[in-house]
Amino acid sequence: MKRGILLTLCIFLASCSSEIAPRNTGVYMLLDTSGTYAEELVKAEQIIRFTLSRLDASDAFAVARIDTGSFSERDIIAKASFDDRPSAINRQKRVFATQVSEFVESANPAPYTDITGGLLQAVEFLNEKGTGSKTILIFSDLKEDLEEGYVRDIDVPLDGFRVIALNVTKLRSDNMDPREYLDRLNAWQGRVEKTGGQWRVINDLDGLEGLL
Amino acid sequence: MSFMLGITPWPAVSALLWIVLINAALYLIRNTVHKAIQAAAQGLHRSFRMASRAVSRSETNLAVRNRDVLLAAGREAKERIIEREFDRINETVRKDLANYSALHRSLSESIGRIEKDHQEAVDVPPDPPGWVKAVEAVADMDAKDGRAHIGSILTDIHKSLVKAHKEAMTAYHAASAKRHKLLRHMRPDWRKIQQTLAAVGKNVDSLLSRSVTIDRHMQEYEDMVHGHDRAMSVLSSSSLVNFFVSAFVLCIAIGGATINFSLIARPMAEMVGGTSLIGNFRTADIAALVIILVEISMGLFLMESLRITRLFPVIGALPDKTRVRMIYITFTILFLLAGVEAGLAYMREVLLHDELATSALLRGDAGATATGEYMWITTAAQMGMGFILPFALTFVAIPLETFVHSLRTVVGLMAISVLRALSLALRLLGNISLYLGTLLKQVYDLPLFVPLWIEERIAKAEARSASDRGLRGARL
Repeated sequence: MKRGILLTLCIFLASCSSEIAPRNTGVYMLLDTSGTYAEELVKAEQIIRFTLSRLDASDAFAVARIDTGSFSERDIIAKASFDDRPSAINRQKRVFATQVSEFVESANPAPYTDITGGLLQAVEFLNEKGTGSKTILIFSDLKEDLEEGYVRDIDVPLDGFRVIALNVTKLRSDNMDPREYLDRLNAWQGRVEKTGGQWRVINDLDGLEGLL
Repeated sequence: MSFMLGITPWPAVSALLWIVLINAALYLIRNTVHKAIQAAAQGLHRSFRMASRAVSRSETNLAVRNRDVLLAAGREAKERIIEREFDRINETVRKDLANYSALHRSLSESIGRIEKDHQEAVDVPPDPPGWVKAVEAVADMDAKDGRAHIGSILTDIHKSLVKAHKEAMTAYHAASAKRHKLLRHMRPDWRKIQQTLAAVGKNVDSLLSRSVTIDRHMQEYEDMVHGHDRAMSVLSSSSLVNFFVSAFVLCIAIGGATINFSLIARPMAEMVGGTSLIGNFRTADIAALVIILVEISMGLFLMESLRITRLFPVIGALPDKTRVRMIYITFTILFLLAGVEAGLAYMREVLLHDELATSALLRGDAGATATGEYMWITTAAQMGMGFILPFALTFVAIPLETFVHSLRTVVGLMAISVLRALSLALRLLGNISLYLGTLLKQVYDLPLFVPLWIEERIAKAEARSASDRGLRGARL
């Protein structure tokens, strides 16, 4: 009897002391605000609201825009590390949604598109949060257009990250030569998977159920 | 194989040779092998039989123990019933017969009053006038005697007589009226006596019926003390019934506890956080579970203090003063926990509305956030459930006690059945091993049919020649 109690106690203590991997989710969403793609931001707002509805206590979420130089905290539009308490979570979500709405209403098109810089910023943010799963959503046509002087020919460390490209619209030139579109997608997939990340493309925004 | 078939240039001959050799070898060691098989089979048989006997002994011991447990439980339950019956009798005697002296005095007074009234109501006839005899004498006088004025005297006497009669009748009527009045005064006393005697009779009848019940219980108790089979079978069947009924009620209670859990687990996240874990379980869930378990524990202690259940003899044996204090303390804790639960249920509703509003905002459906006019009903219902369920769970103690007590018997009966089946299986295995030995011997003899046939022929021939020699010897 005593041995049984001792064994149960040991198992209980062992289960308490063992380090448990974090189970929370971290999501970083990049919004392309360049050129005509800025018109798509209304769709992005829907995706953000959907993502908010799927996130729970201790999860982290940030939305940043892609502009000329995206490797900067200043490009973060809204961010939140959700509280433990349900009431606080709901409050945070409402504030987050309001911030995004205000941005969508007042967003100005950016002259350049620095996706790589945004990715680097996302990796830095999510690593800092230390969430269990890390997801980067790129709401863009994936056409990178760098201003002269910006060096982005670097590998982004994406091991353990899921990178999901959303609403990758076809450009006029893609319509003329679809190989450009396919090459662009393949190039990004190659970059992501080269450093250990997982790549996925979702263009049908009605099928977002498996997003997170 | 090729080696075996290669001992002669002809494989068939080699095979035949091998068969003959093997047959011969098998025949030569036949008796030894038979003995070995027999020994092994008997060894197994005895081992299994021994194991079966051991299991049977265990089963018997367990049955005896189970019987003792059952009888002890039955005795305890019966003692409680008898004790309760005596308590009721005590209560009846204390309440109804304690004022017997007052009752007796009241009856005596009533009877005294009736006797007095009765004495006064005795019918006293009016005295006849003393001069009646004179009248009679005058009446007997003959008119021829020449007595004068007799007629006028008689007239006067008649007048006097009529007057006296009137007076006597008046007195008689007055006396009768007085008697009737006295008799009328006696009526309430009669009624009172009748009612008092009826009440006494009712109490005595109640006592008599209780004494009959006690006699029956005492008879059953004696049966249990003497360990009669009838008492055993009654206890066993009632124990099984108790087990299933209490298990059913406990299942209902578990359902109630689950509902209770769902009411408070969500808002509990607001207090202890929604993501912290203990082991693999959310701290909020564990906290909610702990609250429910504490409520059930308090319910158990309350029931124990009220002496409704007897799971903890220590509580039952406490002095009455301490026990009453314990009743107040446990009830207060239970009341506070019920209040906490009602608050948490309210918090749950608030959180739910908040979450619905946020979801509606995120969906862009602002209209859905409007709160219904009658939403207070669900809030009130949830709060009510949160407050009532802890008290309802208090009564879990009663089926729990029955379940625990009947579980011992049921587990004992199941263990007896298992041991009995095991014993049977072991006996079966013992017999199978014995017959398997016989079968193996027969199977061993199967390829040796040729030498055995030859042996049989030789044995018969020898027997015949021996009988021939015997006959010849007899003739000589």
